Amino acid sequence: MEKFGYAQSQKFDTYASRLMPRQEYFTMGHRACQGCGEALAVRWVTKAIGKDAIIAHATGCMEIVSSGMPQTAWMHPWIHVAFENTAAVASGIETGLKILERKGKLAGPMPKVVAMGGDGGTSDIGLQALSGAMERGHNFTYVCWDNEAYMNTGIQRSSSTPYGAMTTTSPPGKKSIGQSTWKKNMVHIAVAHGIPYVATASPSYIFDLYFKVRKALETPGPAYIHVLSVCPTGWRSATDMSVRLGRLAVETGIFPLYEVVDGRYRLTVEVPKMRPVRDYLKLQGRFRHLRDPEINLIQRHTEANYKLLLEKCQAPFPEFPPMFPPEEPELVAGA
Amino acid sequence: MINSQIMSHPVLLQGNEAMVEGALAAGCRFFAGYPITPATEISEAMSIKLPALGGTFIQMEDEIASMGAIIGASLAGVKSMTATSGPGFSLMQENLGFAVIAEVPCVIVNVMRGGPSTGLPTHVSQGDVQQARWGTHGDHPIIVLSVSDTWECFALTVKAFNLSEEFRTPVIILSDEVVAHTREKIILPNPEELEIVDRLKPTMPPEWYIPYEDTPRGVPPMGIFGDGYRYHVTGLIHDVRGFPTERPDEIVPFMERLFRKINQHFAEIQMVEEYLTADAEVLVAAYGAVARSAKRAVDDARSRGVKAGLFKLITLWPFPRRVLEPHLRQVRAVLVPELNKGQIAREVKRINQGATRVETLSRIDGRLITPDEILARLLKL
Repeated sequence: MEKFGYAQSQKFDTYASRLMPRQEYFTMGHRACQGCGEALAVRWVTKAIGKDAIIAHATGCMEIVSSGMPQTAWMHPWIHVAFENTAAVASGIETGLKILERKGKLAGPMPKVVAMGGDGGTSDIGLQALSGAMERGHNFTYVCWDNEAYMNTGIQRSSSTPYGAMTTTSPPGKKSIGQSTWKKNMVHIAVAHGIPYVATASPSYIFDLYFKVRKALETPGPAYIHVLSVCPTGWRSATDMSVRLGRLAVETGIFPLYEVVDGRYRLTVEVPKMRPVRDYLKLQGRFRHLRDPEINLIQRHTEANYKLLLEKCQAPFPEFPPMFPPEEPELVAGA
Repeated sequence: MINSQIMSHPVLLQGNEAMVEGALAAGCRFFAGYPITPATEISEAMSIKLPALGGTFIQMEDEIASMGAIIGASLAGVKSMTATSGPGFSLMQENLGFAVIAEVPCVIVNVMRGGPSTGLPTHVSQGDVQQARWGTHGDHPIIVLSVSDTWECFALTVKAFNLSEEFRTPVIILSDEVVAHTREKIILPNPEELEIVDRLKPTMPPEWYIPYEDTPRGVPPMGIFGDGYRYHVTGLIHDVRGFPTERPDEIVPFMERLFRKINQHFAEIQMVEEYLTADAEVLVAAYGAVARSAKRAVDDARSRGVKAGLFKLITLWPFPRRVLEPHLRQVRAVLVPELNKGQIAREVKRINQGATRVETLSRIDGRLITPDEILARLLKL
């Protein structure tokens, strides 16, 4: 599996579309923005899900752009629920199906139950329902589309927004650097529930994403997949850079791709030579106001987190220098 | 604190932005919110303006938390506010009840959109009128104001803060999508021209302080956390010292005082605007964005010889029955146009008691009632 996800920025030589299912479950005609990484992710996640599945989707970008009749893009039985309860509704669907199966009223195989939500619907308002569902151990897969802000209502910060990012409710200025807190680590929260399968994925690594979703569906019990979805509208990036940004997020160590099976970490995409985070940040208008001290702070934070992850994965350390810029003084207030 | 030069200038604002100006002018220095269409602009403007004034904006993880945060901030002594729309307002209901029973002053803005549930996020509605009154469980008094233009968004936000501080109660402002997103020129007054009310603080020695004492006004002075006046805040029914009680002889005076503090200041709270009602034969009772359509319809009806008048409700709850009742005895019919299936019409009918004919004009398709629709009905009355 590793060879498919191997980090090579602009080369897609390992991408072989003939190996993937041709059946589309997330069809054309949706109203996602140009260059939407989330729509790309949804397309490949639904391909991996295949038929015989029920999807519960929280309020969010993907719900808005894809479900308006007559242009609904979903081929699966699909329910749009309120913002905070997609995991709870998925719990109900899964339990209902179990009852039908027990009573012998279910014709055919047991459908797979998938819950989906954005980063706000997962790590902010939906965390309680998700935590409950994971704790109760329902057999479902939760997929989080993480575009790092509330893009649907007009780019407001969420707990998943990275440090320094400009959003409309974390505006940079004299008194603010933009988002002032670090991104909430939803993957670790999911791992802490002791569920059998947790993974991060990115539509820039389609094979990696595909097999992780397949694995999650086959795992009995709850599974959680965190998908980084590049959002050109909210990230203020060029629409043709979405796939590249997804790759850069992995190559800079900002969004490493790994999976946690029964508590054991494993890096699925190994990066032999890390890139500086500057490469990732400079392509996005939301980080435009950042100066060297802040970028170095992000660099150090990313590096420390990545090293911690590698220790958990028991993976060899990649080559960090000389890609990282030299240490610079700490950020002074008002600088 | 607010730059008076900017304040005295005419400005082009949308309703949501005018609310932010009003809140800041009233002394609001804490805002906790969660993004929701069509109230998001309030959060956005607050996140830009509050830090410069020494205030704090927090984006919370949901509306339950937003409401909890403004209760906490208010108890810490800061005027605080949150803004939301239908689904978020539903989530706030439990804590709203807490603010009522613990007597915590705060302002909640609900920019109404089509409902129920996710409903029509980008379209107008007035479907939350009864929810604003009875949304939280239990018997409780509440003050609900309704805004119909950009100036009112400013002025009534100031008024809402004043009422909440004066009566130690949460005040709900019902706006709607049309008012919230309509841009209009308004002239913001100088800060010194505004009447700003601050909560009554205890002046007695701390050991004499009885936090929920029954005063003639019904509103006991409010000690803020950390200033030495120690008291217990709870959502349970409590005695005068704030501790939970189950004794009927303590429950009844507490609940009575809760209602009395609003009811005995009814005249101060009830606000209406009357337009050509003195000689009116048919009356239009409207509020919110619909009141503006109604005003035009009244003018048009007058030009066609129908003696129409507009009774615009500003305070929705407690319902201004004392000013409406005389009209009901004079007019031939009352038309209540609203963007729901008759939530205020129900109240008008209840007060009417058969005195005159009350007709409803409902529109529930997410669009505003036009003056022509109201006029057509007026001419038939």
